[in-house]
Amino acid sequence: MSVVYLDNNATSAVAPEVLEAMLPFLTGRYGNPSSMHSFGGDVARDIRRAREQVAALLGADPDEVIFTSCGTESDSTAIHSALECNPSKRHIVTSRVEHPAVRSVCKWLASKGFGLTELSVNPQGMLDMAEMEQAIRPDTAVVSVMYANNETGVIFPVARIAELCRERGVLFHTDAVQAVGKLPIDMKRNAFDMLSLSGHKLHAPKGVGALIVRKGTKFTPFLQGGHQERGRRAGTENVASIVGLGLACELAQRWIEDEKTRVPRLRDRLEKELMARIPDCRLNGHPTERLPNTTNISFEFVEGEAILLLLNEAGVCASSGSACTSGSLEPSHVLRAMGVPFTFAHGSIRLSLSRYNSDADVDCVIEKLPGIIQRLRAISPFSRDRMPSPAMLSPEHSH
Amino acid sequence: MWDYSEKLKEHFFHPRNVGEIANPSGVGEVGSLACGDALTLYIKVNDKGVIEEARFKTFGCGSAIASASALTEIIKGKTVEEAEKLTNQDIADYLGGIPPEKMHCSVMGREALESALANFRGVKAPVQEGTIVCKCFGVTDVEIRRVVRENHLTSVEEVTNYTKAGGGCGQCKPAIEKLIAGVIAEEADARKAAPQKRLTNIQKMKLVEEALEREIRPALLMDGGGIELVDVEGNRVTVALRGTCAHCPGSDATLGNYVEKKLRELVDPDIVLVEAPK
Ligand SMILES: Cc1ncc(COP(=O)(O)O)c(C=O)c1O
Repeated sequence: MSVVYLDNNATSAVAPEVLEAMLPFLTGRYGNPSSMHSFGGDVARDIRRAREQVAALLGADPDEVIFTSCGTESDSTAIHSALECNPSKRHIVTSRVEHPAVRSVCKWLASKGFGLTELSVNPQGMLDMAEMEQAIRPDTAVVSVMYANNETGVIFPVARIAELCRERGVLFHTDAVQAVGKLPIDMKRNAFDMLSLSGHKLHAPKGVGALIVRKGTKFTPFLQGGHQERGRRAGTENVASIVGLGLACELAQRWIEDEKTRVPRLRDRLEKELMARIPDCRLNGHPTERLPNTTNISFEFVEGEAILLLLNEAGVCASSGSACTSGSLEPSHVLRAMGVPFTFAHGSIRLSLSRYNSDADVDCVIEKLPGIIQRLRAISPFSRDRMPSPAMLSPEHSH
Repeated sequence: MWDYSEKLKEHFFHPRNVGEIANPSGVGEVGSLACGDALTLYIKVNDKGVIEEARFKTFGCGSAIASASALTEIIKGKTVEEAEKLTNQDIADYLGGIPPEKMHCSVMGREALESALANFRGVKAPVQEGTIVCKCFGVTDVEIRRVVRENHLTSVEEVTNYTKAGGGCGQCKPAIEKLIAGVIAEEADARKAAPQKRLTNIQKMKLVEEALEREIRPALLMDGGGIELVDVEGNRVTVALRGTCAHCPGSDATLGNYVEKKLRELVDPDIVLVEAPK
């Protein structure tokens, strides 16, 4: 069965061109780029090319690109390096809606004695700049705020935050894993000191990423060992994936127009139709300050995992911020930070598109989802006319 | 993605007995929207004390809906007295197992039944007693002690899987730990008190067999091994190892460190374990 894949913020299809470019490095051209023979040494040229391709997409200098094993490694490296390079400063500023790749690291550092300020967001998922200004202290070593949120797609004012950090002499890192390839980004016109990206969100394979470190930014490697990446990230290069990431970045530049026009049109139609056809739902996140491919909608009185199971049965891949799918017992930290009411938080569904989605995909979901919600609402003890008693809304009633 | 059994999936996709009963004999309402799952169970009891009809409405994930469906199928046709004996494990077994992290769905089913039966009798449901231990999910000490006892739980993580308690802010974890330790100590005391009456050989054999079945076999099975009871004579228990255990170079350690220790803990502290000649 062919699937309708609307979970591109989780991971994306490897572009056929990318796979083709990678294959030689998984077959005949298996040499080590550090070797002193041309069989290996020649591969270094392919890595250089990939570095240029990544740099070109972001308006960076190729020397500023450090290849890593994933977005998570890039995030960890950036935060640890910032603290390591500023030993006298022991305070971190971040947001409450970061991906675990940033959030868990910050929480762990807080448990080790670092100061941590987690900025709140408003009901539309937006940061408060005034709060940001107040959060930065003389002992702040780094501010790390995501470019765009993976669950809601909400875009943060990272350009302004970066300016502010530069004025205050604080390092700024942005987790741009969800933004790269979906939004035009220019390191030259922004004051980002460090930027993380991950291959598998932009049609390169899983297990490769990059950290962009602006020239002149103090840096300490996270992985120590060999001299790869000019001593900034040890470990023999994942050549095939790096080549794949390079080409994926070049393709992203070519497709950015599609990402700005056709993809949001599909997304908007999907969103509008679903919200018109299904009563008692709400959009999570700011309606316009958002990635062009993401929509996050909550359906009241039903639970997200149940929706996903039925969507799956209909051949549709999506995600949910419900407790049952978050791997914890509480709904997504992002929706909770936004103050989404419990009656809605458990029934949230994220649909995220890519260049490979078509009108037919959108039609399929518009056709299937209303029936699924209706079916689950018929089983649910709650409805608009049968709101749970106030006691049922509180956990004290649970058992 | 959860590894749901075929039977569970079938009950989720085609839930039985969905709906309400117009003039129910009893209604049980448990869970809450805040916690992400809620179940309302309706029962109709006839004048012979038999549950003639059971219907439900559930807000929750796949296994919550399937557990409620299974519950109604199990209790239909049972007398009130029979239904009272239902455990959460019965619901899990009926569905061909539930992933450990989702066992709380089966507990919710059992609680809804209890609450409906209490409502039928016009009394307060037992789980509403006690004091709240987990504020995030509103779980009481009575409830935690009960699942620990009934399901032989030994860790906070298991208690969270079965009741959600401890799955929110986590502040109550030390309190849960204490409750578990309390139940285990109570059980050990009870065992200590019991053997003073001197078990007969038959009684002891039954206890050993139970301990093997409940605790020891499942553990050995994970490594592809097995164990059989050969004889019990006074405190001398003779067993034979099966499967991979029989040839395992570590089998002496398995017997001495694990099986003997477990039997001493569960049956009699004076047990001596012997392996049957191969
Ligand atoms: C915002 C954000 N940051 C970091 C990551 C982690 O990237 P990776 O899976 O490559 O480690 C993800 C992906 O899930 C993400 O969405």
